[in-house]
Amino acid sequence: MKRHVISVLVNNKPGVLTRIAGLFARRGFNIDSLAVGETQDPEVSMMTIVVTATDSTLEQINKQLNKLIDVIKIIDITDVPSVLRELMLVKVSASPATRSEIIQIVDIFRAKIVDVAPNALTIEITGDESKIEGFLKMIAPYGISELARTGTIALVRSNCK
Amino acid sequence: MKLSGAEILIQSLFREGVEVVFGYPGGAVMEIYDKLIGAPITHYLVRHEQGAVHAADGYARTTGKPGVCIATSGPGATNLVTGLATAYMDSVPVVAFTGQVATSLLGTDAFQEADITGITLPITKHNYLVKKVEDLPRVIKEAFHIATTGRPGPVLVDLPKDITQAEAEFIYPDKVELASYKPTLYGHLRQIERAVNLIQESTKPLLYVGGGAIASGATAALHKLTELVPMPVTATLMGLGAYQGTDPYFLGMLGMHGTPAANYATLETDLLIAVGARFDDRVTGNIEKFIPNAQVIHIDIDPAEIGKNVVADIPIVGDATLVLEAIVESLAKRDLSGPKAEARRKWLEQTLAWKEQFPLEYGPEESPQGVAPQFVVEELYRQTKGEAIITTEVGQNQMWAAQFYCFDRPRSLASSGGLGTMGYGLPAAIGAQIGNPGRTVIDIAGDGSFLMNVQELATAVQYGIPIKVAILNNQFLGMVRQWQEIFYQRRYSHTCLRSNPDNVKIAEAFGAVGLRATSADETREVIAEALAIKDRPVVMDFKIDREANVLPMVPPNGSLDQMIGGGTR
Repeated sequence: MKRHVISVLVNNKPGVLTRIAGLFARRGFNIDSLAVGETQDPEVSMMTIVVTATDSTLEQINKQLNKLIDVIKIIDITDVPSVLRELMLVKVSASPATRSEIIQIVDIFRAKIVDVAPNALTIEITGDESKIEGFLKMIAPYGISELARTGTIALVRSNCK
Repeated sequence: MKLSGAEILIQSLFREGVEVVFGYPGGAVMEIYDKLIGAPITHYLVRHEQGAVHAADGYARTTGKPGVCIATSGPGATNLVTGLATAYMDSVPVVAFTGQVATSLLGTDAFQEADITGITLPITKHNYLVKKVEDLPRVIKEAFHIATTGRPGPVLVDLPKDITQAEAEFIYPDKVELASYKPTLYGHLRQIERAVNLIQESTKPLLYVGGGAIASGATAALHKLTELVPMPVTATLMGLGAYQGTDPYFLGMLGMHGTPAANYATLETDLLIAVGARFDDRVTGNIEKFIPNAQVIHIDIDPAEIGKNVVADIPIVGDATLVLEAIVESLAKRDLSGPKAEARRKWLEQTLAWKEQFPLEYGPEESPQGVAPQFVVEELYRQTKGEAIITTEVGQNQMWAAQFYCFDRPRSLASSGGLGTMGYGLPAAIGAQIGNPGRTVIDIAGDGSFLMNVQELATAVQYGIPIKVAILNNQFLGMVRQWQEIFYQRRYSHTCLRSNPDNVKIAEAFGAVGLRATSADETREVIAEALAIKDRPVVMDFKIDREANVLPMVPPNGSLDQMIGGGTR
């Protein structure tokens, strides 16, 4: 089993997300994360799907996705040099005593504090998965009350010749 | 000129060459039905929407043309679901049009609203909800294109009522532009050369033919291949008729109820050439023990089938006919003599000896328990000279039909193989008969399945469609009973149908002819009498041996040489 990041270009039409999600569900493929948004062409959306799968399952995912009429192109970018980013919002308990420690961690990770309350901080952080996980590990001890993540989005790096 | 959505639908169907549609009216499709009056398309009124979709399916399987059906919104549309799933599993080009509540009411739980595009997502090749009347011609063009090309399959088009009423300029597109849908037709040349090498080097090749060969029209190409490289041939249920059934090289169907010769051949072959077949569990039995000694050339138009159940040594994505022709062309340039050819000749002799040694057999034509069902099917074969189109229901009737009616031509068997839909055969026979007016069409049925869409007898009577229904009546849900006998110590839980109605009277009540046979002689007479009737449907009720079993039988997940009642090598 290996984690794969696949970029799927699809027609930007109603119901396409259901088609993709439904396909994963009924064929028993697990989605770790899925992010979707319009591309530069408003008729095309890019889905970034992270899956953990064996090679043969991944092959089936690829082929079954390709059968969907609304799927234009699939790229497995797992082993392709690419930029992977995820955005997370997290609300952490912060007492006067812990506040400055948390702010230090936020600075180290180049995260941002986007909302402040008397006993909590809401932090925004972007980065690849390992950075986000690393940050989470550091702030978890302070007490996380709420958390939201976008899932990974990705672009293949341009050739720099 | 501006046309209403309903008129656009009918004009578009006409442009697509659609001659017949099967359907059932209702509130959301009234606009369409109004415009059917005087339309250049014949509409057949069924008695249940399931009948419409199965009839469209039977029409499609036996003619090669897309089958079309219409149903209203809500319950009309949901009644199509089983039929769409049936067509999807067996890759049948069906285009279904469903009414829908007006766009202003969508999502409000309006009267007779059902999210049919959502419901049919996993059982259609594609589906559409049309929200602008201007899109309708393009959508219909795409629907037929998608249904009939690549790996065929059902497509559903959902039409809100206001879309059928709204008007738009009618311009039917000449061609389809779908950037995201381009089936591969020609096999990869290097793969074809590799396949040819394997065939040339093989000593025990086996040709394994599935429904894809029929969809592609590969009959001539298959025969060319075995002329060039004589080898035994087997077929799946869906593939029967693709290769001539009476050809000496044909070993019969393989799998759970396959012939011993075909099943033994799978265990010894060193090269399995799969053509439009998908290694279903009913074919392979225990997949770990299937073709233990073979390399696999897998030809399929659907890349997702290759490597799904069995690893293919040579995967070839493409149209079966085009790929086979390329293989034959290349093989023809090779030297196909020598020791390998000699080994292949011996192998062929060996498989044909198995065929001789282990034919499909049954006991006497009749016994105190009733007529042998296999005899009924064989008698149907004899009296129709093997030229009938056979549809089947599902269960024992289906397997006996597959085993004892020999199919010499493609598109002569319509049977729900993948989904296994009881109630398929009768409406499918109606569709097949309408598509093939000159041929005899027989639904080989069981007494359980017959009742599942019996209402379609009224359709057949209304239009004078002379289908024949041959009920192998054992007053049991026979296949389930057989499994209960073998795997559940004869505990016949809810499989006895003793209180079923009198099928002859049912036929007569519908205005069809009802005939009954309780002996072998009566069987011969009844079949002769039924075949002579050309203006009405006929129901033949054969009182068969109640506990006759379909043999041989490979237990589920067994190895193909573990056949109950198959003899031993």
